[in-house]
Amino acid sequence: MSGPVFMNFPITTTSHSLSEYRARGGYAALAQALREMTPAQVGAQAKASGLQGRGGAGFQTGLKWEFVSKEAPVVYLCCNIDEGEPGTFKDRWILEHSPHQLLEGMLFASYALRVRHAFAYIRGEFDLPLRRLEGALAEARAAGIVGENILGSGFSCDIVVHRGAGAYVCGEESSLINSLEGKKGFPRNKPPFPAVRGLYQRPTVVNNVETLATVPWIMANGAAPYAALGARKTPGTRLFGVSGHVASPGLFEKPTGYPLAQLIYQDAGGVLGGRKLKAVIPGGSSTPILKAAEIEGVTLDQESMGKAGSMVGSGAVIVIAEGTCMVRLLQVLSRFYAHESCGQCTPCREGTDWMNRILERIVAGKGSAADLATLTRLPTGIMGNTVCALGDAASMPVVSFIKKFGDEFAYYVAHGRSLHDGRLAP
Amino acid sequence: MTDAFTPALLARFDVLRDQYPPEMRTSLVLPLLHCVQDANGYVTEADAARIADYIGMPAIQVVEALTWYTMFDREPQGRYVIKVCRNIACSLRGSEDVLAHLQQKLDIGIGETTADGRFTLKTVECLASCGTAPAMQVNRTYHEQLDATKLDQILESLT
Ligand SMILES: Cc1cc2nc3c(=O)[nH]c(=O)nc-3n(C[C@H](O)[C@H](O)[C@H](O)COP(=O)(O)O)c2cc1C
Ligand code: SF4
Ligand code: FES
Repeated sequence: MSGPVFMNFPITTTSHSLSEYRARGGYAALAQALREMTPAQVGAQAKASGLQGRGGAGFQTGLKWEFVSKEAPVVYLCCNIDEGEPGTFKDRWILEHSPHQLLEGMLFASYALRVRHAFAYIRGEFDLPLRRLEGALAEARAAGIVGENILGSGFSCDIVVHRGAGAYVCGEESSLINSLEGKKGFPRNKPPFPAVRGLYQRPTVVNNVETLATVPWIMANGAAPYAALGARKTPGTRLFGVSGHVASPGLFEKPTGYPLAQLIYQDAGGVLGGRKLKAVIPGGSSTPILKAAEIEGVTLDQESMGKAGSMVGSGAVIVIAEGTCMVRLLQVLSRFYAHESCGQCTPCREGTDWMNRILERIVAGKGSAADLATLTRLPTGIMGNTVCALGDAASMPVVSFIKKFGDEFAYYVAHGRSLHDGRLAP
Repeated sequence: MTDAFTPALLARFDVLRDQYPPEMRTSLVLPLLHCVQDANGYVTEADAARIADYIGMPAIQVVEALTWYTMFDREPQGRYVIKVCRNIACSLRGSEDVLAHLQQKLDIGIGETTADGRFTLKTVECLASCGTAPAMQVNRTYHEQLDATKLDQILESLT
């Protein structure tokens, strides 16, 4: 137990069940809101809380909901359970341990937006999270919490679980929408934004799991108490995942504005094997890397992280110990992005493939100084010139790794081998 | 006509269809492809065409989905498909050693199936197990915090 919004109950073999969620006070706020609040009031409370999206982009949730036309005959809600950003493992925790909290959040959003059919788009690989979600949904349906005339309120909403099939890009909201329509997961040009024209051309809100699962707390406790948690401009708590070279990797609920160094050295037990810290990727694999010295004084909120030159992203903190080969590590990422580019825009398709081939060559000891120069130049042609943010996501690591660890890249190219022993694992 | 399309499977199709509002017919593509793969282990283009008939849409669109999404297999796989994550957090915690160990034990390369048809070895991208890395999936089941001993135990248990 460590945080107010999520990690506020002991995990047992039955703590994910409906009866225990209700015993913790779950669905009480929903029942009350359906009786006493208008959809607009629910939306206003979400907005007043200052909640921002937890999927990576950090867009204000209440504002996103406001973009949806009140006159639209059909509105859809999609919960984004694609959880694919490397380093991220938080949405899975919510599904495994508190699936009803997500369902309650989806119902609040559906009520605010007058949604009749909401979709839970879940990545196809997930096993236990899927079973827990389906189990919770069956319980909720049987209890009259999902479906027709919810809790006798006259409000009806169905939640449909829809499995993805293995594509990182389908976590991008417009790609997710195309995928949900049965198409290839090609992201769409924006505008129009999904809130205006999304699933089957209907206004559609796509929200992350953690975002939606936060809403019940806001509705039960009030917008002001939520806004008072954490950093002033980006309030609340977040589920931060710490992975890589730390003694105790794991997920921690912390208020925004929590010190990054404390998360690494106290909560996650410090660097593995007592080694020195080399670098941190603070918000998922796409966010710019920070050198050890750069994390001093940095807190886990967008303002502080932005000043340090990176982003909070999906709250995924990846820790890298001294002695790790940054060239090989970057190649792991560049291979991933090249593999996951949907190929729709030339700069991303060609650029990610080219960056990956250059890094493959460098890692194989066959790279040249000209290769390194090309690698340094390629991101400028990609960033800002693509349909979705995957192009930027693939570019930012390349830019920041070379900027911060340029000597290692130069050494690798000059000597045909790593400055370190080349291993990534300790 | 493959034996995948049993009456039980078609009944399952109907259940899935009824979950979606009528304007969302084409949303059935992925659920039905999953349904056939779960029943049969893989999906052929002929299966995709039958799914398209069921939905009432051009076969080419279902075939496109079948080939675009990485989770669908178009030919028989080993009884146990091992998918090792090779992304960043797992790499930092030894996924290269996991892959090397499996390749040596099974005596196959990545993408190959053992001669007895028992194991297929593949790599995948981040499985959202980064906090319990290194991780892999065997069919649907996740296995995490892997090391050589654990790998050997898992292999032995899969008969
Ligand atoms: C390539 C790419 C992958 C993404 N993957 C995810 C994901 O797995 N889960 C997620 O919630 N958002 C993901 N996003 C962000 C979504 O596009 C979208 O911003 C988010 O789901 C909105 O929810 P929120 O406002 O609640 O954060 C991704 C974006 C991009 C560009
Ligand atoms: S940026 Fe890349 S992934 Fe995104 S739409 Fe363009 S090609 Fe596809
Ligand atoms: S990097 Fe392997 S599970 Fe995330």
